[in-house]
Amino acid sequence: MRPLRYARVTDVEGAVATAAADPDSAFLAGGTTEVDLIRLGVARPRTLVDINALPLADVDDLGAGLRIGALARMSDVARDPRVVARCPAVAEALLLGASEQLRTMASIGGNLCQRTRCPYFRDDVSPCNKREPGSGCAALDGISRGHAILGTSEHCIATHPSDLAVPLVAFDAIVHTVGPGGTRTIPIDDFYLAPGTTPEVEHPLAHGELIVAVELPALPLAQRSLYLKYRDRQSYEFALVSVAAAVAVEDGVVSAARLALGGVGSVPWRARLAEQHLVGAPATAERFAAAAAAELAAATPRPDNAFKVALAQRAIVRGLTRAVEGGRS
Amino acid sequence: MDVHAPAAVPVRGPAETPVVLTVNGRDHELELEPRVSLLDALREHLRLTGSKKGCDQGTCGACTVWVDGRRVLACLTLAVTCEGREVTTIEGLAPDGQLHPMQQAFIDRDAFQCGYCTAGQIMSAVKLLEEGHAGDDAEIAEFMSGNICRCAAYPNIRAAIRDVRDASAEG
Repeated sequence: MRPLRYARVTDVEGAVATAAADPDSAFLAGGTTEVDLIRLGVARPRTLVDINALPLADVDDLGAGLRIGALARMSDVARDPRVVARCPAVAEALLLGASEQLRTMASIGGNLCQRTRCPYFRDDVSPCNKREPGSGCAALDGISRGHAILGTSEHCIATHPSDLAVPLVAFDAIVHTVGPGGTRTIPIDDFYLAPGTTPEVEHPLAHGELIVAVELPALPLAQRSLYLKYRDRQSYEFALVSVAAAVAVEDGVVSAARLALGGVGSVPWRARLAEQHLVGAPATAERFAAAAAAELAAATPRPDNAFKVALAQRAIVRGLTRAVEGGRS
Repeated sequence: MDVHAPAAVPVRGPAETPVVLTVNGRDHELELEPRVSLLDALREHLRLTGSKKGCDQGTCGACTVWVDGRRVLACLTLAVTCEGREVTTIEGLAPDGQLHPMQQAFIDRDAFQCGYCTAGQIMSAVKLLEEGHAGDDAEIAEFMSGNICRCAAYPNIRAAIRDVRDASAEG
């Protein structure tokens, strides 16, 4: 493991100033991704700015939504009764991620910034445009069973690994940051950047810009949301396909729908095409399947991960069907 | 320098720096590089070798310890981040010469073969009961999934956990 410098900060201002003063610094929260990647040689900060002492661990009820502190831990947020009541998909996604030890360590802000599990990114040897821009993408002609089929480019087909991010994009979460340039709010849709020609740029954060909170807007539909996850093991595994869904039905017709996919996108994938197909359509399995097919029409599968196209469509139908059953008043 | 700039935060390392770790109720003054993991600090510096290094990447759970009473992975925790926090290892689970009920249950139920994962399993299992996630075998399996047993002693591990759970309920 490379040598590291270490600074423990106690206020947000100090955190931003300390990180901004050193171009080779990185924030350290739970460390579950950061320490792992440093040990692998993939992440190479010179200085770690330990933000764990910052007062950012609370979940606050804003009335118009919930503000989840960036240093709240996954395990605590998953059990927060307000989160469970307002957006069960978030609680379910958190509990279906990682293991309890990792959830106890990992922060919400860190979860948003977690890196792909693409083995060619993590091995620190293979060509990888995300790790070494311009070096190529070993996954294109490599083993790509776990890779993305939506939002990819010829430069990168890495899958975004977060479960939490899937319901966050479904329900329009807002990322709050403090950086050298001051505070700002970033809609979650603008937070995750598809790889395009610059897969090394994953989000719009400036160096030294710190996520301080994630806001879940109040959305009655989200109270009836759910999260489904399909993977190679029953527990403690990343998704092959996951679905965050919520549906409102009036007189047998879909009046509102939110849908997002995990495990298949280069970014957490808001299924807007499917949503458009659903609203105004009869709440039937046939129409759900048609909406799913519309969303996956743009998929760019490779031989190893072609199964995800069918799996994702079936998962969408199941997710929507269960969401209707659970949400029927 | 801008007089309004916040006071500079001290930066330590990369050379060894004094670190006080509180482990099993005792303070230890160590000299550690900031890159040293809690697991290496425990095993290589404090000679507390109960916590095991399996994968060293947060996958196997053999290094599970408690920090401030919560179960975490010592391999993904930097020791220097634990200053001012209470670290508990398998060596501190019960008073000297005694066994914690979970340790006794693992013996009674033959809940291990090679034993390499056992310390992590036990540190996780005690917290599992405190967290209230041992309602049935499926829930135990889910909330113990961060502790891998290559000998696959899982049925016996779950039996040991059930024993302690049921004894606590009766007590």
